[in-house]
Formats: sequence, structure tokens, C-alpha cells
Amino acid sequence: MSAMFERLEREFGVTNITELKPGLTTLKVAKDKTETLIRELRDREGYTHLNFMTVIDYIEDSLFTVVYMLHNYDRKDSLSIHVDIGRDGEDMVSIHHLWAQAWTYQRELREAYGIRFPGSPRQDEDFVLEGWDQIPPMRREFDTKKFSEERFGHREGRSSEEPREHMKVNLYPNRGGDEQ
Amino acid sequence: MIKSLSTEDTLENAGLTAEEQQLFSNARPKAYEPYPIKAVEDFANWARANSLWVLAFGTGCGAIELRPLMTARFDANRFGVAGRPTPRQSSVFVIGGYASVKTLKRIIRSYEQMQGPKFVIALGICPVNGGMYFDSYNTINQFDQYIPVDLYITGCMPRPEVLVAGIMELQKKIKQGRCDGANRYVENFDWYKANQKKVIKNWDMPDYNW
Repeated sequence: MSAMFERLEREFGVTNITELKPGLTTLKVAKDKTETLIRELRDREGYTHLNFMTVIDYIEDSLFTVVYMLHNYDRKDSLSIHVDIGRDGEDMVSIHHLWAQAWTYQRELREAYGIRFPGSPRQDEDFVLEGWDQIPPMRREFDTKKFSEERFGHREGRSSEEPREHMKVNLYPNRGGDEQ
Repeated sequence: MIKSLSTEDTLENAGLTAEEQQLFSNARPKAYEPYPIKAVEDFANWARANSLWVLAFGTGCGAIELRPLMTARFDANRFGVAGRPTPRQSSVFVIGGYASVKTLKRIIRSYEQMQGPKFVIALGICPVNGGMYFDSYNTINQFDQYIPVDLYITGCMPRPEVLVAGIMELQKKIKQGRCDGANRYVENFDWYKANQKKVIKNWDMPDYNW
């Protein structure tokens, strides 16, 4: 294992190798090395399964982190590959030619975050949000509650209770509310 | 061919291309007229109440409660309820919980294709006020803005027992002749259509789906 990571550091400039728990390691790589690194892991290190792809929105640092989770069935080991890209309209490298299911992930990420993956099939087709006319909804600057109230309305009479107070007053009025 | 109707009682079908407009009807829906003799209408309502065909279209998580309802343990067949895989042959539409905008488009299409008499049961809290999805960007909050609802069964999720109680309540309402959702839809058609088009931005189907 450590020999593999040493080689990855040397050949692909991999940084921040962290073992979160046995069987799950994260590492960081530059955008232009992503495709070759993932191909190497798939073809030579046995990480044959793409569990999922996702994006983390670090709005404070103006960064999107694209995350690829790979799995090795022989070693029962997962590898989480993090790639930082700019938040404002930067493209990401497509891996649809390595795993066909990456199409769908990339199509979804384009819709949810606005990241384009050039070359990925059916990239600009609507996935879930048909006829969406706002900024991509999973970006953190998107105010989903405000949007929901404006577009879908709000029914009068809806109220919410703080559970602890509600139980103290309505369910256990004689207890005084001291005990946990 | 399209029937020649005067312009004020036809629909625009603006979402369709010129070629498609030739293929779809542009007539407005018509309200149901009850039989002039009350005893006949009551008999018809009794028959309707005991022959409910539920559209097998699970629109949200609540649809999971419809499966045990149909099978041996809760056995909805006791009440004359059975599933039907096509809207053309079903009379009850159970909205299974939340409806996303994408699903709402299909719900409208299926609902309009159902032949009268037709009834809508809204299952769960989500169709009432959004439930736990009240702030979601993709889930509608008030279902009765888009489709008339005859009966609400609230809860998250309602158990099949509650659904059975709701079906019995629906039968009672039908027998009393109080399930007029389809007529409300026809009478307030423009209001419903405006609400639907407010949330469905890519309206590429006929204004009324026959």
C-alpha cells in the first residue's frame, strides 16, 4: 500500500494522503493529472469500481472540490480522490471513457453545480430540473428557502415547535423539566 | 382532425409546434352533469364508490404504502379497490407524498388523461404544505394549487391502515356526491393552468391532455 502511495506521489504529484479509517484513504491531485491517475489506479492498481462522483462547494475559498470514490474489491479498500477547481465557470476533465456511469454523474453535476465536463455525452440535457431558469441550485449562494417561497408559495398555518420545549409543556407538564 | 370550435372556447396549445398542434385536440374539458333523477345519480355514485381503480403511479415515497395495501395483509380488494397500470382505465389517483416539479408535469398529464369520474387522494403531509420538503427548490408545497384534491390523508408516512380508513372515507364522500374535484378542475381550469405553468417552465405538452 505505502509503496503504491510513494509511487503516486512521485509520478503524479499526489499530496495530502490521509488514512481516515482502515480501508478509506483520501488524497489530492492536480486537475491535469486527474485522468491519468484514475486510469492508472483502475488499470494497474485494481481500483476497478467507481462508487460515486460528487462535488464539495468551498464558497469561502472560491473552490469546488470534485471527489471521485474508487474501490478495490481485492483489497477491500476505498480511495477518495479530491481535485480542486475554480468555482467560477471552470471546466473539469471528463472520465466518461473510463466508466460509462460517469456520464450520469457528470450530467447531474453540471445541472446541480454548473460544472461542465467537455466531451461527456448528453452533457447539457436536463436531468432532474426540467426547464430550470435559476443559478444551479446546489451552489451555496442559492437561497433555496427563499426560492421555494417565491415560486411554490407558503401555506398559512404551518408552524413548528422546538421539540424539547414542546415535550416539556405538552407531554410532561408535571416533571418540571429538570431531568435530562 | 381538429374539431372546428369557436376561438373563445379553444385552448392555445402554445407549448406545441405547429405540426404537433395538428395532432392534439384544443377543446376545453367539459364538466360532468349529474343524472336529472336523484335516485339514478345516487345509484351511480354507489356503484362508483365500490369500484375504485387506483392508478399505479408512485409519485413519491408514499407509494411504498400502496404495495402492502394491495396484497394479502391489508387486502384493498375487500373495498373494491384494485390497481390499474394506465390512467385511461383508472378512477383514483393516489398522490404518494411529495411531488417534484418533474413529477408534477407527469401527474398533470396522467390526471387529465383519466376519464371521469375521477378522484384524487393526497397522501402524506407533503401535498398539504410541503412537509419536510417545505424549503426544497424542486418540490411543490401546496398540491391543491395544481390538481384538485378530494381527500387528504396526512402523516409522514401514513400507515396502510390509515389509507384503508381514507378509502372508506372517500367511498362515503362519493356516495354522498361530494367528490366534485374533477368539476372544480373544469370550472377553474384557467386558474389551475396558470398555476401549473408558473412552476413548469418547459411546457411542451397540450394545454389539456385527452
